[in-house]
Parts: sequence; C-alpha cells; structure tokens
Amino acid sequence: MTAQPPATERQGRPGLGRGLGWIGRALLLLALVTFVIMLCAPRVRGQEVSAAPPGANAELDAQVRKLSAELRCPVCQGLSLADSPSELSQEMKNVVRAQLESGKSPDEVKAYFVGRYGEWILLEPKPHGWNLLVYALPLLLVLAGLAGVFFLARRWTLAGAGGHVAESQSAPDVIGTPGAGSRE
Amino acid sequence: MNWKHATIAAAAGVPLIALLGFGLTRDPKIIPSPLPGRDAPDFALRVFAPGDTASVATATTASALADTIRLAALRGEVVVINFWASWCAGCGVEHEALVSVARRYDGQGVRFVGVLYNDTPDLAMRWIRRMGGQNYPSLQDEGSRTAIDYGLYGVPETFIIGPDGRVAYKHAGPVTEQLLIEKIEALRTSSTIPAAGS
Repeated sequence: MTAQPPATERQGRPGLGRGLGWIGRALLLLALVTFVIMLCAPRVRGQEVSAAPPGANAELDAQVRKLSAELRCPVCQGLSLADSPSELSQEMKNVVRAQLESGKSPDEVKAYFVGRYGEWILLEPKPHGWNLLVYALPLLLVLAGLAGVFFLARRWTLAGAGGHVAESQSAPDVIGTPGAGSRE
Repeated sequence: MNWKHATIAAAAGVPLIALLGFGLTRDPKIIPSPLPGRDAPDFALRVFAPGDTASVATATTASALADTIRLAALRGEVVVINFWASWCAGCGVEHEALVSVARRYDGQGVRFVGVLYNDTPDLAMRWIRRMGGQNYPSLQDEGSRTAIDYGLYGVPETFIIGPDGRVAYKHAGPVTEQLLIEKIEALRTSSTIPAAGS
C-alpha cells in the first residue's frame, strides 16, 4: 500500500498536512518539546530577578524603579537612569538601592544626587523660581492659542453675518445681471 | 491695522526667538556643578599606580601595589583630583600638563591624585607606561562611588580642593598647564578662591 495522509488531513487541512511531511512533523514536535521545556525551566542569570524570596524586596525594587525613573542619566541625552543602559547609570541605580537599604527616604536619596549633580539631575524640575516657567509657559501658550482662535472665530462669524446681509441686499442685482442665472 | 498686527507678532515672537537664541548658546552636555564652595566628598581608595615612574615601569601586575589614600588625610594641602580612563582621548591630551604641574609643585603642599573611572587597573597601567609614566598616584574607584560622589558625567574631569577641604574649582575636559598653575597659585596665596570657578 502507498502511504497516504490520514483522511482528516486530506479533507480538513490539506495544505498543512501535505506541506509538512515527516521532516516537518518532526520539526514541529521538536519545537513543541522545546517550548514545553522552556516553560518548565527555572529562570537563569541575565534576567532581572532578585535572589531574595519574592515579596521581600518587591517594595524596595519598586522604590528603586520609581526613583530611577525620576533621575536623569548624566551621560545620556534626556534619558532616566531607569531607561539608560550605561554603566554609570547602573552604578547610580546601585547607589539608589544601597541608600534606600541603609534606611534613607526617597527624598533623602534625591537630595544626595541633587547635592552632587545639581537640580539638573531631576527629570522633573522643582516648581520654584525660573522653573515655574516650565510649568506655566505651556499653559499660557494654550490659553493664548484658545484666545486667538476665539477672537478669529468671532471675527469670521461677524464678517460672515455681515456678508449675508450684503448678499441678500444685492441678490436681486446679481440674479438680474445677464448670464448670472443661466448655467447651461 | 498693520502696525497693530506687527506689534502683536513682535510681542509674541521676539521673546520666543530670544529664548531659542539663548538656548543655542548653551551646551546641553555641560552640567553646572553645585560642588565648588562645598566640602569635598571624602574617599579612601586603593592605589593601583603609586606615582613613581620607575616602579610603574617595573611592576608586573597592578595588584602588587596595594595601598590606600584617604582625602581627609590630605587636609591642609591643595589637592588636585583628576578623574581619568585609558579609553579617554582627552586624558591623553592633558596628561603632560598634569605631570608637568605635579613636578613643579612637588613637595610644596600640593598633591595630585588620579582616580580611574570605568576602567581596569591593568589597562590603566599599560596606558601610563605608554604615556611615559605618571609622577602622582592613581586610585581605583570600585563601583564608581567616588565618581558619583563628585557628580562626574564624563572624563577627564578635574577638581581642585583647597587646604580647607572645600572644592575650590571644577573643570570638565582636558586641563592646561596654565589653568592648573593659575588656580593652584590663587589657592596658595589666599587659601580660598571664588567658588564660582567652574
């Protein structure tokens, strides 16, 4: 007897059954086995998982992540420590962690970095002095834009209303002009 | 009516253009340091290059030269701290100036120390040999803790500490002989120089 694919494959999924062959099926099986092994395998080095039991350092990890996102990477352009892969950022994150572990509050850790790098190190500047411009200017510009739109719209509306009056007054003349009414 | 429009456009546009123009005059890579005028962050770092040209040349490994330098122990002297690395091009540019000024003030209450940043002592030793030696000690900064303490954002960076233990001056980029002598002399004559030196 000649080997034929099962009837279900022939009828239900003809493309998949014929296309695979025994090599394809073996590869599929291998892929499935690999996938199952990967699911069962423990996490290995290189992944960001602390050696401590889950929950013990979760709060500290969250604090380190939050603070790292608020501090600027000194050797990057506009990146936070959290987003930067640079070695200095890694070391700075280690400092953040070490200081939090030693009992310092997040504000004290921030104050340490501000003392070393100035307020520049904060991605979000403190709202005082000239820094207020950063917060106020966008709002002022939006307000100015809205005011501009409002005044322009009002002018156009008034001009439009005036135009209608003029049009209705001059309408008979327009219709009366030769050639204006006929569009053939 | 045209004058009115022009005035409104000028009132809105000129400050914006002035602000953008001001932005162009500033280098975003230069970070103003808050350290000048403040107490210099203390450190105790291991010496990997002792600062003697002969011994650097004969030493086979960096670990054979273990010793520690503590900044607090140098109080009363002018201390020049130079952060450097063997991969840093600017460090090669300023090396001769540092060595020359260190020689000039040898034994006169002025101490030079190099602090290695993001580099290995072995590579650094090779670099020192290639540059013809270094007449002041270089220290190893594990985990860049001292670099971060000094608000470092690149190399080379040089800090000049006064006899009172305060940071008198910070310079980012290669230093020149003239600049070093000028700052050191100002500290030696008045024992303090203006804080806004950077």
